[in-house]
Amino acid sequence: MFIKSQKDFFSGLMFMAVGIAFAWGASTYSLGSGARMGPGYFPLILGVILTFLGAAISVKAMAIPTQDGDRIGKFAWKPLFFIIAANLVFGASIGGLPSIGLPPLGLIVGIFLLTFIAANAGDEFSFKEVAILSVILAVMSYLAFIVLLKLQFPVWPAFITA
Amino acid sequence: MELLDNLSLGFGVAFTMQNLIYAFIGCLLGTLIGVLPGIGPLATIAMLLPATYALPPVAALIMLAGIYYGAQYGGSTTAILVNLPGESSSVVTVIDGYQMARNGRAGPALAAAGLGSFFAGCVGTLILAAFAGPLTELAFKFGPAEYFSLMILGLIGAVVLASGSLLKAVAMILLGLLLGTVGTDVNSGVARFSFDIAELTDGIGFIVIAMGVFGYGEIISNLSKHESEREVFTANVTGLMPTGEDFRNMVPAVLRGTVLGSALGILPGGGAVMAAFAAYTLEKKTKLRPGEVAFGKGNIRGVAAPEAANNAGSQTSFIPLLTLGIPPNAVMALMVGAMTIHNIQPGPQVMTSNPELFWGLIASMWIGNLMLVILNLPLIGIWIKLLTVPYRWLFPSIVLFCAIGVYSTNNNTFDIWMVAIFGVIGYLFIKLGAEPAPLLLGFILGPMMEEYLRRALLLSRGDWSVFVKRPLSAGLLAAAVLLLVVVLMPAVKAKREEAFVED
Repeated sequence: MFIKSQKDFFSGLMFMAVGIAFAWGASTYSLGSGARMGPGYFPLILGVILTFLGAAISVKAMAIPTQDGDRIGKFAWKPLFFIIAANLVFGASIGGLPSIGLPPLGLIVGIFLLTFIAANAGDEFSFKEVAILSVILAVMSYLAFIVLLKLQFPVWPAFITA
Repeated sequence: MELLDNLSLGFGVAFTMQNLIYAFIGCLLGTLIGVLPGIGPLATIAMLLPATYALPPVAALIMLAGIYYGAQYGGSTTAILVNLPGESSSVVTVIDGYQMARNGRAGPALAAAGLGSFFAGCVGTLILAAFAGPLTELAFKFGPAEYFSLMILGLIGAVVLASGSLLKAVAMILLGLLLGTVGTDVNSGVARFSFDIAELTDGIGFIVIAMGVFGYGEIISNLSKHESEREVFTANVTGLMPTGEDFRNMVPAVLRGTVLGSALGILPGGGAVMAAFAAYTLEKKTKLRPGEVAFGKGNIRGVAAPEAANNAGSQTSFIPLLTLGIPPNAVMALMVGAMTIHNIQPGPQVMTSNPELFWGLIASMWIGNLMLVILNLPLIGIWIKLLTVPYRWLFPSIVLFCAIGVYSTNNNTFDIWMVAIFGVIGYLFIKLGAEPAPLLLGFILGPMMEEYLRRALLLSRGDWSVFVKRPLSAGLLAAAVLLLVVVLMPAVKAKREEAFVED
């Protein structure tokens, strides 16, 4: 195989992609000159350097052998999906989604949704356990964040409080 | 004695009932979260940051310092009991600490870590107080060119001392610097890389990056491993106090570690990490006393020296932050972010404009150290219980606290969408073996670097040679080059790789 280190090869590609994207974006802003740096000057330099560094990393990954090929391995799609989904659903519960007409459901509902979705990311899922955990988290968060720290959250669903 | 006057001012501030309570709460929360498996100090601080929003600046910083120490101490505890270094600076503690725990000597190991850290913390605080004044004087001589060069040195230092591929670490810094340019350019008012999204014109929040990359990324990666990989020594912690023999071995090791740690911590770059490694290497070089356990088999010196060194180092690494405003590592970068949220711009002006804040913070660091010893040694039983909390209960709670923390920063759901994106990116970094800490450092330093570069070049009318023509700036750049050369020398390179493989 000509890729000696998979991890390094693909990180090099990632750095190159980001470097090129930023450099290209920066070149659409005014560059100015050294004495009068425009908004594009600094990001353009950085983007170019990053692109070259990325290329160097990828080339090195093809040239220098490693013991086991530094394989990236399988992506953990299940935890990735459920953790991110839990976060997004929580956000939607707090702020609501005006675009689809979803009113804010508030912190407490959000905590239950988040806990139940996130818990799916683990190896085992016991309904009773997760239910207990979400009650504990809801009560503690209410006391800590709303009562004690007085953070500004919609606590209950908008259609109840309104 | 100016030093004593300053310290007494500091202790006057720190010893008010209110601030003592905040220091205590900070230590308690920091240890509580830091001890939980799978949460490093960075994630701990990021998660607890919102708890300080409502406080006055002095109290908030004192509480943060407490959280910082608590989180670090929690990291050592997990290193010893679970063979899981909470952060890079306790990587070496794992080697002998875990072996001690396996031999049923977890108690003395934890005590050695706690007492060693406390002693080192006391010395570090004194050095911090002594050096802060003169260094601040020096800082006022710095022009934009010097600051820019100093930041280069700091960034290079941070990656040289980190583990893993040097090239990748530098690339991660650049990535961080680039992410830092997102948002409105202060000079021209142009909204850069904001894709016409109003929230992005304010830039990306550093909490969003910290929580996404260090919080969510870690959780996802942890969940892809099986829970059975962790082994916790709980039943074996009986006697806490080290024996007389332990003390005889420990004391000189702690002293050596403290000296080494204090010296290395001042250097820009990840002082605490290098300090711990250097201290351990030094101990291994000294002769074993008759009847002493070999290194790697549970020698108490292998716990005491690096723990003392990393605490001394993390104490003195506040020096560049407080005097120059430059964070030497990712945790300090987080502290900068925290300070800016409380409207304090770290730098030499803090000491003159807010002396009570500056010296109060230094004094409260010492108090924080003391509280850790008082808090942790008797309460160790509770912390050990926490270690056994199953991860399946923990991770939903972490997700929740991250989400709440992110939202409460700006009371804006946009940040929650952003943290989801950075969570995915963070997991990608882990899969690609790209260490994310330098990214955070670059992100924090990015806007400052651009500003200093702009000013330096404006003054020199676009002449780049200004950076090597001014002696101070040239010296700093030379130091950065020297660091790079030293690390790339074949002999040192092999040693460096060896040192990091040892865990």
